[in-house]
Amino acid sequence: MCLALPAKIVAIDHALAMATAAVGEVKKDISIALLEDVQVGDFVLIHVGYALNKISPQEAEKTLQLFAEAGLTQELQP
Amino acid sequence: MNPNTNRRFPTRLDIRKGSVDMTHGSGGRAMAQLIDEIFVKHFNNELLCQGNDQAAFEVSGGRMVMSTDGHVISPLFFPGGDIGSLSVHGTINDVAMSGAIPLYLSAGFILEEGFPLADLEKIVISMAQAASDAGVPVITGDTKVVDKGSADGVFITTTGIGRIPDGVNISGELARPGDAILVSGSIGDHGIAIMSSRENLEFETTIESDSAALHGLIADMVSAVPAIHCLRDPTRGGLATTLNELAQQSQVGMNLKESSIPVKPAVSAACELLGLDPLYVANEGKLICICAQQDAQRLLQVMQAHPLGQQAAIIGEVIQNEHGFIQMETSFGGSRIVDWLTGEQLPRIC
Amino acid sequence: MKYVEEFRDHDLAQNLSRSIAREVEPARQYNLMEFCGGHTHAIFRYGVQDLMPANVKFVHGPGCPVCVLPIGRIDNAIQLAQQHDVILCTYGDLMRVPASGRKSLLKIKAKGADIRMVYSTQDALKIARDNPQREVVFFAIGFETTTPPTAVAIQQAQREGLKNFSVFCNHVLTPAAIQNILESPEVRELGSVLIDGFFGPSHVSSIIGSQPYEFFAEEFQKPVVIAGFEPLDVMQSALMLIRQINQNRHEVENEYTRVVTREGNLKAQQLVSEVLELRRSFEWRGLGLVPYSALKIKQSYAQFDAEKRFNVPDIQASDVKGCECPRILRGLKKPTDCKLFGTVCTPENPMGSCMVSSEGACAAYWSYGRFRQTEQQPEPSIQEAVL
Repeated sequence: MCLALPAKIVAIDHALAMATAAVGEVKKDISIALLEDVQVGDFVLIHVGYALNKISPQEAEKTLQLFAEAGLTQELQP
Repeated sequence: MNPNTNRRFPTRLDIRKGSVDMTHGSGGRAMAQLIDEIFVKHFNNELLCQGNDQAAFEVSGGRMVMSTDGHVISPLFFPGGDIGSLSVHGTINDVAMSGAIPLYLSAGFILEEGFPLADLEKIVISMAQAASDAGVPVITGDTKVVDKGSADGVFITTTGIGRIPDGVNISGELARPGDAILVSGSIGDHGIAIMSSRENLEFETTIESDSAALHGLIADMVSAVPAIHCLRDPTRGGLATTLNELAQQSQVGMNLKESSIPVKPAVSAACELLGLDPLYVANEGKLICICAQQDAQRLLQVMQAHPLGQQAAIIGEVIQNEHGFIQMETSFGGSRIVDWLTGEQLPRIC
Repeated sequence: MKYVEEFRDHDLAQNLSRSIAREVEPARQYNLMEFCGGHTHAIFRYGVQDLMPANVKFVHGPGCPVCVLPIGRIDNAIQLAQQHDVILCTYGDLMRVPASGRKSLLKIKAKGADIRMVYSTQDALKIARDNPQREVVFFAIGFETTTPPTAVAIQQAQREGLKNFSVFCNHVLTPAAIQNILESPEVRELGSVLIDGFFGPSHVSSIIGSQPYEFFAEEFQKPVVIAGFEPLDVMQSALMLIRQINQNRHEVENEYTRVVTREGNLKAQQLVSEVLELRRSFEWRGLGLVPYSALKIKQSYAQFDAEKRFNVPDIQASDVKGCECPRILRGLKKPTDCKLFGTVCTPENPMGSCMVSSEGACAAYWSYGRFRQTEQQPEPSIQEAVL
């Protein structure tokens, strides 16, 4: 369920609570009614035409680190 | 152009503001005028201008090929083409996939009452351009008009004939274990271009339909490697469905490598957005080629040297498999089965 | 595509595969249930199973809102379109689901019913604005991810004073479903369905947060890892579950930290509670009546409630004879255990929702893994062809 996709906010219309989100070079207009404080440049998760949540770049980075380290931790153990 | 035009029709068709009505299909003067001032005017070739209900021509003997296609696409106009150019390219390709050199086309039009003449002319001009660019003229045709609501603007049926050069035998049941599988370029462009123009699924994108006539590319390929086993264009149902057809016809299986299959980043992104799999999205200017393993590199070079094959790639190989399964090694590293398309691929939320 | 491709990286997958292989206890069996259909889909589409050791099994759960929608509700939607002549707006997923009498939305559309496929509730609102003389009904389904968009649309309709727009609400709740599975006799007492740990849904959790799962971990003594949507997320989460199982822990961990927090999206939760409220019980396909598991539209928004507007009756419809969807949904049977699978029931001719929905267990099995057991892995000679 819940096919959702990370997209970058490239334009906002605050009055209508709508924004233009870009996935690569494909753009789609979506509603930002479910979010507070969205800025151009933010990455959000979009689902059925709405932005559901912001994506945290720091946490994303941390998660990718975890994947890379998963093997290493074992290696270091005696 | 028919020299009788000026005598028969006192006033020109109002192409700018006029629309098709039932008289245009009744066989009388109105229909003759429609044919003259739109179809014959733009298709404009010797055989068509003879003004007969049929076109007569010489054939040089050997194996002939004939193919027919109905085109009912909606919307009629889309990025990179329209129903007109699509119908010309589509039938030329079907003929050419046998290795044949396409010679002539016919075109039947079913027009909906009320269809704007301006749109009709645009479509016919587009067809004429496509036919002329391909060197395959539309030499005969037919027009009918149906009640409003009975057609989506216009339906076009094109039939093409061609001649297969001696020594060429290309057919869907000739794939053999060990053969290489090639594709001529990126997949999914056409289907996504169409979706981007449909109501309720609008998004800004630079993706254009890849609609193109492939007979030039095929001629180069056949010339370099006459012993090609199979050629087919992955139209409706996409690459996956066409490969399944071939696998079934030849009673073989296939192994594919996902990372070798070219997909434009924008197409990939659009597919993600809609929950579609590019493997099942239609193409109108690409071909699949199956050939003996030792011919693969040569063919790849020839394809990449042609404007319509620059992104060509070897994407897999044919294997022994009684069930006709197509297995794919995913870019991720696991494997999955690539099955037929079921029904119509609909955008999903889940 | 940022935040997508990095999470599908081949080499990181190999890395994780090795780690998982090292950390599983060889004599132990790990049965990990992915509740969310999106995870089922990811596992099959990327072939994640091939990168896992043999003693780790994915058990597919009922997290597919299309699959768990009872036939009677689709019959209701069909009635709305055919008897009341409404414009019925629906997500693509529902078009081919078989209802009673072998009907479906797609089939009645072919017969002239005005069924419109939409991508968003915003599209449905637009259709209502553009067709003021017609009644427009939005067929709402989905778990907590898809519910806030419905709430937004209803509030927007009220603000705009739309007189012809209503919603047929079938939104269901994830924790209730998980509880139902964990409490079922097969899981709790009989042990015929073994579940050692749960993958928590990705995007439901982005709305409701990780907090609601703490109850399950405690009550049922099973670890829960909220897993992201991409195949690397699934593998990392599997690793985290395996570690918890090995260490006899049963906590809620969050792998999908880039989107999910403990509280979730409070604004969305607030909006939903303004417009929707709990139904006392709701029928789930395969699970029967589940208390406090679904939502209906509040009285204050009654004019937007299609059930009230059109007096929608309660229809008790039964599955096709022989269809094992109810048991497959609960992990009691595999698709290949169903007599109809592959014979009468195929993707072209689906008998039940598990085959129609792109992430139903049967559809996934058919498309991706049907003959995995009978086929040996072919030798990868593609390398030679490419070089």
